[in-house]
Amino acid sequence: MKGSLIFFYIFVMWILIIAGGALVVPIIAHISIHGFGRLDSVVDSSVKAGIAIMLVVIWILIMSKIKNWIFHRQISR
Amino acid sequence: MLDKTLVAVLISAIAFVTVYGTTPRLISFLNKKNMTVKDYNKETITMVTRPGGPSILVGILASEFTLYGFFPSASILAIISTTSLAFLVGLADDRKVLGGWFKPLALAVSALPIILLGAYVPPHLAFPLFGSVKIPELYLGLIVIIIPVMGNTINSIDVLNGVASGFMTIASFALTICLVIVQNYDIALASLPLGFVSLAFYKYHKVPSKIFPGDSGALTLGAMYGVISIVGHVEIIAAIALLPAVINSFLFLSSVKRIIEHRQIKAKPVVHTEDFKLMASDDKSAPVTLVRLILANGPLTEKQVGFVIFKLALFAAALAIITSFMMEIKL
Repeated sequence: MKGSLIFFYIFVMWILIIAGGALVVPIIAHISIHGFGRLDSVVDSSVKAGIAIMLVVIWILIMSKIKNWIFHRQISR
Repeated sequence: MLDKTLVAVLISAIAFVTVYGTTPRLISFLNKKNMTVKDYNKETITMVTRPGGPSILVGILASEFTLYGFFPSASILAIISTTSLAFLVGLADDRKVLGGWFKPLALAVSALPIILLGAYVPPHLAFPLFGSVKIPELYLGLIVIIIPVMGNTINSIDVLNGVASGFMTIASFALTICLVIVQNYDIALASLPLGFVSLAFYKYHKVPSKIFPGDSGALTLGAMYGVISIVGHVEIIAAIALLPAVINSFLFLSSVKRIIEHRQIKAKPVVHTEDFKLMASDDKSAPVTLVRLILANGPLTEKQVGFVIFKLALFAAALAIITSFMMEIKL
């Protein structure tokens, strides 16, 4: 089937998105920072943003590695 | 419920008929003004009119304003405003070639009506199986990112005759089905025009194209898709339905390693055979794209490549629908 590896890559991306939820929801949802007074929500959001960005960067790196692994032959042509 | 069904039929018909009827007039107008570009994938010199964005926008506005007349809501106003602003950004780029960073920044500004109208409330991100996370301030940043990403993702897949409009037809109908599954009927209703506008435009955009959507058309479709995902709280599902286009952008960016316009790339990822089929380039400096990967197993016609992309879109749409069922399950 034409592009069968791409179907597989889409499926892997989907699995990684679902797995990403397993990391994001328990980690970020339970973070609640106090002790900064009126800045509580800003600090709380900044920490959540930092973790979210870190997770996205890790996700992109994994996707990049998987891309190179799946499409190694096509890309090197 | 019967009211909503009747309105759904009415706005779908308005969206489809408006684009179906206005596009031929737009083609004549653009031909008279000599607003045409070369179709590089044709054996003989073929000039195609561009941009088709105006007829797409007219279809969206006619149907969404009608819907607003029946069921006024901030969500519909956000869809109308952000989509219109994204159209203007695309039109500016159609008229004058602008820098690679212009579109993402201007599209980020286009997202502001969603925030100003409060159409994104409640600010949470829903994940399948694991529930949702409340991220009030972070979500505002996400809104500003989603519109440029979705707009440019659709724009980047507008590479062959009929692909952008055909792909959007599949993705947006899948999104409507997903919104019904998660029981967000109001936004499902508001999303219907996107599918019907794309379908009507596909009639003129398919091989051989009579008109190209241009940046104004592609960004309008992508931005509207993005707003619907935000106001419908189906961001993750929407991203899944868009995965083939996301892969295209991801492959392109990871091979060129910077934000750049496709037209600025010197080495072409796809070349032509003697019988004018599309063939993956052997040039190692050429960017890796979805079309180049599809062609890695051998040359194909433009129409065949388009159908492979549509099959990928249908596969992603099926995954999005499965995901929306998974939203109801909590582990």
